[in-house]
Amino acid sequence: MSQQIAENLANGRTPFAIDTIRSDFPVLAREVRGKPLAYLDNAATTQKPLPVIEAIDTYYREYNSNIHRGVHTLSERATAAYENARTTVRRFINAGNDKEIIFVRGATEGINLIAQSYGRANLQAGDEIIISEMEHHSNIVPWQMLCQQTGAVLKVIPIDENGDLILSEYEKLLGPKTRIVSIVHISNALGTINPVRQVIERAHEYNAVVVVDGAQATPHAAVDVQALDCDFYVFSGHKLFGPTGIGVLYGKQDLLESMPPYQGGGDMIKVVTLEKTEYNELPHKFEAGTPHIAGVIGLGKAVEYIQAVGLEAIVAYEHELLDYASLAVLEVPGLNLIGTAVQKTSILSFTLDTIHPHDIGTILDNDGIAIRAGHHCAMPVMQHFRVPATARASLAFYNTRTEIDRLVKSLHKCREMFS
Amino acid sequence: MQGDVQLMFDLKDLYQEVIVDHNRSPRNFGKLDHPDRVAEGFNPLCGDKLNLYLKLEDDRISDIHFDGSGCAISVASASLMTEALKGKTLAEAEAAFGQFHNLLTEDKPLDDEEVSKLGKLAALLGVRAYPTRIKCATLCWHTLHSAIEGDKAPVTTE
Repeated sequence: MSQQIAENLANGRTPFAIDTIRSDFPVLAREVRGKPLAYLDNAATTQKPLPVIEAIDTYYREYNSNIHRGVHTLSERATAAYENARTTVRRFINAGNDKEIIFVRGATEGINLIAQSYGRANLQAGDEIIISEMEHHSNIVPWQMLCQQTGAVLKVIPIDENGDLILSEYEKLLGPKTRIVSIVHISNALGTINPVRQVIERAHEYNAVVVVDGAQATPHAAVDVQALDCDFYVFSGHKLFGPTGIGVLYGKQDLLESMPPYQGGGDMIKVVTLEKTEYNELPHKFEAGTPHIAGVIGLGKAVEYIQAVGLEAIVAYEHELLDYASLAVLEVPGLNLIGTAVQKTSILSFTLDTIHPHDIGTILDNDGIAIRAGHHCAMPVMQHFRVPATARASLAFYNTRTEIDRLVKSLHKCREMFS
Repeated sequence: MQGDVQLMFDLKDLYQEVIVDHNRSPRNFGKLDHPDRVAEGFNPLCGDKLNLYLKLEDDRISDIHFDGSGCAISVASASLMTEALKGKTLAEAEAAFGQFHNLLTEDKPLDDEEVSKLGKLAALLGVRAYPTRIKCATLCWHTLHSAIEGDKAPVTTE
């Protein structure tokens, strides 16, 4: 942590100008049901800062056109903006070169691409895929589909009562048949930060490839795909203060080169005759059809915004805010936190007495507070903790202690209403 | 019915006392032995689950029970529904469903006369201000419809 950030935190200040940051996000100024919005549903999706909104607006107003084909001015400008965003994203996760950055619709499509392209080409009946019990459905279902298609077998690393991976069980699951390990970097339901570096290292000893689902990690942690040595890394733009419908698949170049295309169409070809097709180079081989150009430009701007605020400052601030929030909510009698890993970030998943999470969500909404209630697309996690659903407050760097105080006050109100 | 009328003017508050009370102590809760009709309802969004048991004398509902788990709105709605339907004919029950459903989902001001016909069920009209929660209030009624029609497949609200 830089000295300035540490000093600011020690003096009870945020490491950055929180009021200025908040004014960059127009939606944070609105009211909901007559109260100021307290947006605590950032694990579902994040709000968008003005530079992102304006970049998309400018693209459509000033240089909307297709990319990689026009010789006219607008197309050249759009192509440059699109490819510059690729470079921005590549630097953001410290990938080795731009060919390793594939734009997809989101983390979900990224995992499906890997399963269908890499998985179908390389897996046979009896091969094994390892995931964990804390995965989002998007890192479960594509592998179940691949297992059905190939006869491969899905193995699951269990979690303990804190919401940590049981690594000794992972050791037992690894073996000569392990082909793919696909693991979430930070759990959306529990907030656990997984020791992915260690998971990757062990998998590589068995020559398995490792997929990391970074949907929740990229907004809350510095990611360096070369330091991790992961084979694939996927994330979504909308969880990173960028637009919906755009995401990133990082893959090591040699793996991506060896993989068949996921979809066929325009832009992914060099030469097409009616008899056969020669595929385009990376990254275009995996970007069939006109892509979400505005989304890519918006995502690039979101990454620039985060870099301007500073991930180091964001991580320090969120850590402090989570500590504050974790202590504050525990003052509410009957509140039970689900997910208490030592290494965790930004997520407060909880139950409150026997009050159904949807009732909590509605009562909080009435106070202008947005949280998520439900299974968070991680039904196996709910089954593990034997709850049908949880309420989840999830933080971003624009949230404040005042909002946490309002959350706690409303939770007390929930108890009063149902006592 | 004076209390109910009072409640109707305070629809802003979704969790009125009658809802909280019926959630805490649901009426007609638990299985019925040898039911003539059963049906199962499921709300995949919330995980609400509901089983409905009917005893019939000719086409009249002589007894009606439910069990399951869910949010306060779905439990209270099922409890209130069972109270409202005991002794009614199946045709009357279906008509009540239509009336209730329309009042919850129609995008127009409430008609006082229609609301007063609902009796205690009017306590649920607060969900009109929370569109995602309408499914919670109607799950039991969709399940009832399925029980009357004799559908075998579980009802879902999706």
